[in-house]
Amino acid sequence: MAEMKLSCEAVRQVEEVCEKFNNDPGELIAILHECQSKLGYLPEPVQRVVARQLNIPASKVYGVVTFYSFFTMTPKGKYPISVCLGTACYVRGADKLLEEFKRVLGIDVGETTPDGKFSLDCLRCVGACGLAPVATIAEKVYGRLNPADIQKIVDEFANRD
Amino acid sequence: MKIKSADALDGIRRKAAKALSVREANKRAGTIAPCGLETGTPHIQILCCGGTGCKASESAKIVENFHASLQAHGITDKVDVVVTGCFGFCEKGPIVKIMPDNTFYTSVRPADVEEIVTSHIIAGNRVERLLYLDPGTGRHVNDSKHMNFYRKQMRVALRNCGVINPEDINEYIGRHGYQALARSLKRPSQEVLDDIKASGLRGRGGAGFPTGTKWEIARKFKSEDKYVVCNADEGDPGAFMDRSIMEGDPNSIVEAMTICGYCIEAHHGLIYIRAEYPLAVERLRIAIAQAREYGLLGENILGSGFDFDIEIRYGAGAFVCGEETALIHSMEGKRGEPTLKPPFPAEAGYMGKPTNVNNVETLANIPVILTRGPQWFSSIGTEKSKGTKVFALAGKINNVGLIEVPMGTTLREIIYDIGGGVKNGKRFKAVQTGGPSGGCLTEKHLDIPIDYESLTAAGSMMGSGGMIVMDEDDCMVSVAKFYLEFTVGESCGKCTPCRIGNKRMLEILTRITEGKGEMADLDKLQDLATVIKDSALCGLGQTSPNPVLSTLANFRDEYVEHVRAHKCRAKKCKALLTYTIDPMRCKGCSVCAKSCPAQAIMGESRKPHVINPYVCIRCGMCLSRCHFGAISVI
Repeated sequence: MAEMKLSCEAVRQVEEVCEKFNNDPGELIAILHECQSKLGYLPEPVQRVVARQLNIPASKVYGVVTFYSFFTMTPKGKYPISVCLGTACYVRGADKLLEEFKRVLGIDVGETTPDGKFSLDCLRCVGACGLAPVATIAEKVYGRLNPADIQKIVDEFANRD
Repeated sequence: MKIKSADALDGIRRKAAKALSVREANKRAGTIAPCGLETGTPHIQILCCGGTGCKASESAKIVENFHASLQAHGITDKVDVVVTGCFGFCEKGPIVKIMPDNTFYTSVRPADVEEIVTSHIIAGNRVERLLYLDPGTGRHVNDSKHMNFYRKQMRVALRNCGVINPEDINEYIGRHGYQALARSLKRPSQEVLDDIKASGLRGRGGAGFPTGTKWEIARKFKSEDKYVVCNADEGDPGAFMDRSIMEGDPNSIVEAMTICGYCIEAHHGLIYIRAEYPLAVERLRIAIAQAREYGLLGENILGSGFDFDIEIRYGAGAFVCGEETALIHSMEGKRGEPTLKPPFPAEAGYMGKPTNVNNVETLANIPVILTRGPQWFSSIGTEKSKGTKVFALAGKINNVGLIEVPMGTTLREIIYDIGGGVKNGKRFKAVQTGGPSGGCLTEKHLDIPIDYESLTAAGSMMGSGGMIVMDEDDCMVSVAKFYLEFTVGESCGKCTPCRIGNKRMLEILTRITEGKGEMADLDKLQDLATVIKDSALCGLGQTSPNPVLSTLANFRDEYVEHVRAHKCRAKKCKALLTYTIDPMRCKGCSVCAKSCPAQAIMGESRKPHVINPYVCIRCGMCLSRCHFGAISVI
């Protein structure tokens, strides 16, 4: 991983989160959740700060971060897009939806567009199976999507600030 | 304000029941004429679904509009707007219900609100166009009781979903909530446990282990610190039963966990929930806070001397964490990898202490078993599977939604009577139950009464309750591949059979869908599947070959067709498709050629075009662009 420095402010934020949970290694997942919601992602330096605070090896933190799909080591786009690949969406054509998102955005799953606006991910079931196939864009659920709608929806977000 | 005794709790119940009486009225009488303030109805309640599905279709805006409209008409004192949990009929969401006449409005838009208020709430005339249209009779149905979707259902675990406001503990108490706890605390804990045993309740998470026996084992291990864990890590794609219960009736989980704590002599409760369920987390938080305020959680509950409290722990997206031991490791802040049993969690679980893990739906059944009695519960269902089961019905079916039926109901009743049959009049092909651990059942299985044993015997399993219907357009090889992709992605990597075996199976399936398979591959699949089933460490690995085994058993001809004839009858496997242009129909307009991203279409203007199959990437763009229906796929 490329060398990167964390700002003093970010280090302080991470330390604060750890202290809030009494630097308890048993709360590692809760700590990582909160760090990710504050910083957007969990790059290596953040994991090192957490490891130091909790007095556990950095490898253990890394092991947990990479185990769970919710944690990410790359920054997400301003408007994160997640296509549901649950079974209900799959049988109603979610795979075609995903292909179209890839084509329109020009990125693969797990990547972020160069302008930092969009990132593309898959998720398993948001529970809105009645609206299948669905995708969530910036936490809003879009249901009954058709590949033909994708360009319009993406353009709508692209034109925002 | 703390409630100090069972009598004080009953006082709150009576008060709350009054407010709920408008919602219960319909139960007693038959169909009531539409109510309206001008036609003499004194009090009306509007129930709006606040579940995730309906919220995605602007149900929050609908609620807002109702408030604004009632304000504008100056009738806020006579009409209440209540946000409830899921009604289950997600296909036609957002749902709005008017009480006491029990009118069931479907697919309501925020713009429809004003009409509902002026013509129904005020003048007493139903808005016909928003009523459910019965596809069988072609008539509007105004009362949910008369809808086929609800007629064969029996709502036990979902009893409060879509009836009460999940963010108000008083409404839960008004529906006899916390009565089971109050009564249990006055009895010896062994007696309460015996009731749960006698009811015949089995774990609803999938494996079907008897709940009472599980509690009894946990009770035997003595320790200062013991834990009651609610497994709310619903990872099965296409299943949303547990989420709906937590969103619609969170207090039932809080009550059941407390009762479990009393029975097994534990004082700490933990709910392990997926971070992907923000609304369920929020509602549970509210329920826990309100229960604490009432003294239904905390020290000396209802003056009994029993202490119990609940904390929420987040998952972070790992399917394997639905397995007990993996879940416990995850709660300890570690990678969610399973470990060998024994020791079972009942002996050494969370932090090495005795721990009892139950699934959400299992817990939701506990309070009602104790208030209505174990005999009542065991009178429902089949010989070995008692009670009801919630299923998330989805896929190619007319009525997608959440349903609850007595054990022993047949798949045919669920798919055709409740589900309204296959979408767009297509032919039924298979129904997948049990998610990635289950299998695909066919036409010939439709009449078996569903319970734990019968589904396992048919090569599938109950699982958590996902039920996905597939039609003639679904390729069963691709479906098996889809589930295996899921398992490969979610395998924790600890044991070799699951980590490598599933990967090899996926490679074989990919080969077959690309037309590069051989007949020997089918035997290899069968062998690998059997080995993985027998040797994987945890439930995820042991059940992961089920989708492959069941499709191989029930749809072998499709596999053979892919291998021998390089044909996919459902036209799903891209590599096996050929796009052709019918020269008789082609007008030579060149629209297809211009739209083709691979420049695979050639031809002179106004003369029939041709597709070069070696260049074609089978994207289907030409097919969607052709105005003359000249392009077809074979």
